[in-house]
Amino acid sequence: MSQAATQYSLAELMIVAGAEALRHDGEVLATGIGVLPRLAASLAMKTFNPDLMMTDSEAFILSEPNPISGRSSHEGQKQESWMGFSRIFDNVWSGKRHAIVGPSQIDRYGQTNISALGGSYDKPKSQMLGVRGFPGNSISHANSFFVPAHSKRVFVEGECDVVCSIGYNPQRLPKGYALDDIDIRLVITDLCVMDWKGPRHMLQLLSVHPGVSVEQVLENTGFEIHVPSNVPVTTAPTMEQLAIVAQLDPQNWRAKQLKDNPPGNRG
Amino acid sequence: MNKVRTAQEAVAQIESGMTVGIGGWGPRRKPMALVRELLRSDVKDLTVVAYGGADVGMLCAAGKVKKVVFAFVSLDFIPLEPYFREARQNGTVETMEIDEGMMLLGLRAAAWGVPFIPTRIGLGTDVIKVNKDLKVIGSPYDDKEWVAMPALNLDVALIHADRADERGVCQIKGPDLYMDDWFARAAKNTIVSCDELVPTAYFHAGDEARYVHWERSQTQLVVPAPGGAHPSSCNPLYGYDTAHFNEYNASVKDGGFSRYFEKYIAGKSESEYQMAVGGLEKIRALALPVY
Repeated sequence: MSQAATQYSLAELMIVAGAEALRHDGEVLATGIGVLPRLAASLAMKTFNPDLMMTDSEAFILSEPNPISGRSSHEGQKQESWMGFSRIFDNVWSGKRHAIVGPSQIDRYGQTNISALGGSYDKPKSQMLGVRGFPGNSISHANSFFVPAHSKRVFVEGECDVVCSIGYNPQRLPKGYALDDIDIRLVITDLCVMDWKGPRHMLQLLSVHPGVSVEQVLENTGFEIHVPSNVPVTTAPTMEQLAIVAQLDPQNWRAKQLKDNPPGNRG
Repeated sequence: MNKVRTAQEAVAQIESGMTVGIGGWGPRRKPMALVRELLRSDVKDLTVVAYGGADVGMLCAAGKVKKVVFAFVSLDFIPLEPYFREARQNGTVETMEIDEGMMLLGLRAAAWGVPFIPTRIGLGTDVIKVNKDLKVIGSPYDDKEWVAMPALNLDVALIHADRADERGVCQIKGPDLYMDDWFARAAKNTIVSCDELVPTAYFHAGDEARYVHWERSQTQLVVPAPGGAHPSSCNPLYGYDTAHFNEYNASVKDGGFSRYFEKYIAGKSESEYQMAVGGLEKIRALALPVY
């Protein structure tokens, strides 16, 4: 079962890569916003990090993650603690959380935007969600990013239109803080996996997905990233991981998350 | 003390220019019957503080709002609230855009009677740039800087509860009370609409009192409004009305808010509204959302 799969979708590859972000986290609240990040967190909890905590996305912490699809109610879920929204903030501010989120924009500093695009702040071209919990999350606990369509529209050349989360930007660093106080972990895209451990916290390429070239990554990123001399191919899911993901998503919602549901190996 | 009023009587206490906090979260347990009454009134220039959903969108579209204090405005399954979006993109509302947790701190500061609560939230982001009134301060205890989140003092809070008695004992039995207890405490006057008006003895049985999250002295008026959260949810009594929200969302490109307002709200009583959306039984049968 732990042998590498040969047939898997890109979505499944990204779920498995996302789970890796949580492998060494120990006992923290893992929050995956959206279908693929939530499956990534659920997979991590079901396999190599059973100490993780997850919620039912409503008001309870679960001992076992809920399947993301195929449920008609919250009845029978394995809930162990009440966790209403006000208590979520108590957890956030304790630092014992790792969120995997999908920003609309990410800049060279790891700052992100989900608030508004274009125009001016008082009259944006496109109003999005608002800053939500990004300011508090980013200065309180670990965050990883999920990017379903790696492009220069997401990885922007300049700063984000609205900076919703703190990043590795010396110009914005608050008094009394060091860049190392900011904890941004992995970036999982449809092309590659990256982290922020390049020189001076530059975004750095960790692996490219099967069939993707380093050039493709560079062409679709609006700023310079660090490319180590050796860039491996992203590790394929194991048969066991695919089986667990299928149990967590019996209705295969994961197949609808990426345009045309491409295969994991595009070679 | 009998605090029971009609929605019209209760909302008549809200004046133009006031700061109004609205409980609930996105499409969940919003005091929509009270919001509809506000939409029918001639009140304007409100500052609205909310974890926003259609309450904020409708009030913006109806020209009631001067300023929105928000972290998001969303219907969850429809991520972007259509009329809030329209208002922002037309530049017709002022904003104080803050983190979700900062809003909680602002409500707590108001509840506790302190001018601000220090927090690191917002540092390094545009939250401290675009909100000119938000101060970053030094600390008497360390060498770091801190955001001084000001008290969000509310003139009025509007909340929808499952049950209340005529003295203002309010029960929320759904899985989450959101920040409603803090909205009630942050306000000079709290108006609570309820799905069911019950006798005080109701709370004496079993563990019913465990679902009462603030004391009655924080509730000034009680408005019986069965189904009054519609089209938002009132878990466990009913879910949110996805079909209605879809129609509402589509209306922004098909006649605009005035058409929606004419069809469902203008000149109508709450029972006429409920007839127009399919009746109270249909509302109470709306399936609970599964996340």
